[in-house]
Amino acid sequence: MAQAAHKDRTLIAAIGDEDTVTGLLLAGIGDIDSHQRPNFLVVDSKTTQATIEEEFTSFTQRKDIAIILINQHIADEMRGILDEYSAAFPTVLEIPSKDHPYDPSKDSVLKRVQLLLGD
Amino acid sequence: MAAVRDNVFPTRMNLTTTKTRLKGAETGHSLLKRKSEALTTRFRAIVRKIEDAKLKMGKVMQNASFSLAEVAYITGDISYQVRESAKHATFRVSAKQENVSGVLLPAFERDTRMGGGSQFELTGLGRGGQQIQKARAVYMTAVEMLVELASLQTAFVILDEVIKLTNRRVNAIEYVIIPRIENTISYINSELDEQDREEFYRLKKIQGKKKERAAVAQRETDAKATARHEMPVRDILAEQVDEDIIF
Repeated sequence: MAQAAHKDRTLIAAIGDEDTVTGLLLAGIGDIDSHQRPNFLVVDSKTTQATIEEEFTSFTQRKDIAIILINQHIADEMRGILDEYSAAFPTVLEIPSKDHPYDPSKDSVLKRVQLLLGD
Repeated sequence: MAAVRDNVFPTRMNLTTTKTRLKGAETGHSLLKRKSEALTTRFRAIVRKIEDAKLKMGKVMQNASFSLAEVAYITGDISYQVRESAKHATFRVSAKQENVSGVLLPAFERDTRMGGGSQFELTGLGRGGQQIQKARAVYMTAVEMLVELASLQTAFVILDEVIKLTNRRVNAIEYVIIPRIENTISYINSELDEQDREEFYRLKKIQGKKKERAAVAQRETDAKATARHEMPVRDILAEQVDEDIIF
């Protein structure tokens, strides 16, 4: 049953700033499905947090997405949702962006890793 | 602690069954414990890998951002062009599974069936095409690394859950099920001993009664015997008093 569930998951979704998303799209992850929904979201200063959260939730509910890449500074703004999100599929991965260097201490998963290694 | 036990009837057969159950529970406990240990070993390896990969990711993404900056410097802003031309993903992943002690861990892999590359061939045709292709290659390796990291992370989440579940089961067997079965066994044993003692006492009692009765009977026969013994025996010689015959 689990096998069938993740066999269809082939896409990588991205939520990030313009440069990050452009780079990822350049690598070829971009996809627009039959309902004209893209699998990426460009976040700029005008994007409201509600939009980001809504888009993130809809990505997590889509059945064809295997991995969600999200910029860490955007993830920081919705830390509550990310900390609560514990499903295996799709996997949420925090990535650094150009303007915001990567801070391992903020990463939801790394926090758990450190918690487990620390004991 | 109040002895929690199964509600069974204390019979020898139930004792045998419960002993079998205890043996089964102990086997299950050791098996689950071994499973949990195997998973934990795996888990620690994954955790270490994740840590390394996460730290490496920072550098790789920095490198990728820099190559994009080179593109922006030479070609200008290509983000709209890139975004508009994204129609179908050429970089897809496929999940394959790995079996660790009966736990299926998915591992994402780059799916090469799509044959990437055709999408952005015309981007930067005017100038900076080479830079764009270079940035594309850099980003592709970066995404490949991210995919690897994502599969590690998925394995981490799944293993975490499974280990918790297994440990919960191990503890449940160790601290709830085995004590309960042991309590049941000792309950059945004590009940059986009690029954034995009752039975023994009953037999003793019956034996006593029988002895008493036997003694009474014995006394009666004895008395009869004495009575018979003391009954006057006819002395035939004494009875016949004949005249003396004198010739």
